[in-house]
Amino acid sequence: MRSAMERAVPGKGVRAKWELRLYVAGQTAKSLLAFSNLKRICDEHLAGEYTIEVVDLLKNPQLAKGDQILALPTLVRKLPEPVRKIIGDLSNTERVLVGLDLQPRKSRAGA
Amino acid sequence: MPTGIQGLDEITLGGLPKGRATLVCGGAGCGKTLFGMEFLIRGARQFGDPGVCISFEETAEELADNQSALGFDVAALIRQKKLAIDYVDLERSLIEEAGEYDLEALFVRIGHAVDSIGAKRVLFDGVESLFAGLANEGLLRAELRRLFRWLKDRQLTSVVTAERGAGTLTRHGLEEYISDCVILLDHRVDENVLTRRLRVVKYRGSTHGTNEYPFVIESDGISVMPVTSIDLKHVVSKDRVSTGIAGLDAMFSGKGYFRGSSILVSGTAGTGKTTIAAHFVDAACRRGEPCLYFSFEESPSQVVRNMTSVGLDLQKWVDRGLLHFCSARPTTFGLEMHLVRIHKMVSDMHPGIVVVDPVTALLHSGAPPETRNTLLRLVDFLKSKQITALMTTLTHASNAPEETAVNVSSLVDAWLMLRDIESGGERNRGIYILKARGLAHSNQIREFRISDKGVELREVYLGEGGLLTGSARLLQESKDASAALLAQQEIQRKQFLLQRKRKVLDAQIAALQLDLETEELESSQLIAEEEQKLRKSQQDRTEIARSRRARGNTESDGGARANGGRK
Repeated sequence: MRSAMERAVPGKGVRAKWELRLYVAGQTAKSLLAFSNLKRICDEHLAGEYTIEVVDLLKNPQLAKGDQILALPTLVRKLPEPVRKIIGDLSNTERVLVGLDLQPRKSRAGA
Repeated sequence: MPTGIQGLDEITLGGLPKGRATLVCGGAGCGKTLFGMEFLIRGARQFGDPGVCISFEETAEELADNQSALGFDVAALIRQKKLAIDYVDLERSLIEEAGEYDLEALFVRIGHAVDSIGAKRVLFDGVESLFAGLANEGLLRAELRRLFRWLKDRQLTSVVTAERGAGTLTRHGLEEYISDCVILLDHRVDENVLTRRLRVVKYRGSTHGTNEYPFVIESDGISVMPVTSIDLKHVVSKDRVSTGIAGLDAMFSGKGYFRGSSILVSGTAGTGKTTIAAHFVDAACRRGEPCLYFSFEESPSQVVRNMTSVGLDLQKWVDRGLLHFCSARPTTFGLEMHLVRIHKMVSDMHPGIVVVDPVTALLHSGAPPETRNTLLRLVDFLKSKQITALMTTLTHASNAPEETAVNVSSLVDAWLMLRDIESGGERNRGIYILKARGLAHSNQIREFRISDKGVELREVYLGEGGLLTGSARLLQESKDASAALLAQQEIQRKQFLLQRKRKVLDAQIAALQLDLETEELESSQLIAEEEQKLRKSQQDRTEIARSRRARGNTESDGGARANGGRK
């Protein structure tokens, strides 16, 4: 995972416009799927403008409290504000885009 | 595992099931969170068990504030690592669900909190908020099942609170997952008075009290009142305690009430019920026994002032800490609440005597059908503690005097009736013992007089006109006195007459004696005279004979003469 995370951060040291944090607990199938889904969506929509930080709660359980993490995996959009949360393995791309405010909410209201 | 919550451990015969989850459900504001927090805080303070609170409704700060209002210093416990609070915030609008997930993070958080302080107790407050925060209910249920399984595996004793649903114990059917112990909290408003109740719905592998128990939330938390003597096994005492009134002691075969008995003093307004109670208290304080006086009509200072008018100084007992007053308006709380308060104060103070003045005041604050049961509980509780209880009750003149508002007569061991006796334009007080279990007691109605020296019992006048009291009795008594005086005088007169008669007779006897003597004297004089005469005539005859002897035959004449002289 760590290697995956590092790969996901282009241009280290540069403050990215999109700051994303993915909470997982160990390398479960779901967390791996979530990460790859996230990576794919970001590359498609936010190429070069994002950072992804993966937090493994098995290693740092105290971090769950700060971002009010309950479900796993959880994606937290730290920037741009306001903070948004998307839970699940991110396989529903449309929902992820809505959650990240990359797509208007209309579709959800219709659903 | 003991909760430390007053009364609850008695009902559940030892506390909540160890290593298992207990569901506490009830409507809004019934005290669920407090119950859970008390379980944690008392566990930490009294039993040294660290506890974790996973709150889904209130933030840690809010919880700490609310509990400190009840005298629990949450912040200090957190500093001492005896308590950890984790607030789980679920703002659904901020959460988008995109794909499959689980609640592993919740497990991680709980696990982390538990491990950080070595917790043995866990509280899940408002866990059903999860249903509002997460859309996938099927997943949520599976995760909850997994959660409670996980808690059990880790041997954590937990309390889970949940709102009561319509027709079900909880809104989302949590009782499906937590089935070892279910406690239902309830609060009802009867006649504008709120009464809280607690019931253990279910407790696997343990017998438990099955009733609804009233409880109160007071300045130091929850206090449940269990029925202490379900099986009427309390030990009775043969000791006697003075009533504080000599005449009344005498009516109870000279020694007063039994210790640990319950006494009911009933009477119409103004018959002196409080005065009797005050005498009893005064006597107990003199013996050095602490007394608890529940006054529902008068303030403590009013009772003290009023009793000085009958020569009782209760203030000195208050000052010495022997007498403790507890006054409250009966309508302030529900009956159950009053009883819980009495229960609590008795447990704190261990008095020898408890006075409830008047017990009827309590009855106004609750629904009648329940009152008898709750009173029964109170009486039983006091008996089990060997506390002598004196309760006063107001009867209405219109009712039969032997009927009290709730038929409590079967509950009490001794029953004193105070009665107004109206006659001759006066109201006077009469007292009699209606019943006294196990005591030879007087069957007489006595007049009951209250003066500045206290209470005094007088024999009533039972004459042809029936029962006489007050002035009528005095009048009758003075009549009796004058009649007695007359009789006395009559006797004296008779004695005088007799004396006089004796004197008269004596005088007569003396006069007759005198007559007799006179007669005797006269008679003897006559006799003497006659004898003189006789002698003289004989002499004369002798003279004649002598003169005749010159002529002869003197011998034969001399013999005849001797005979005649002897006659």
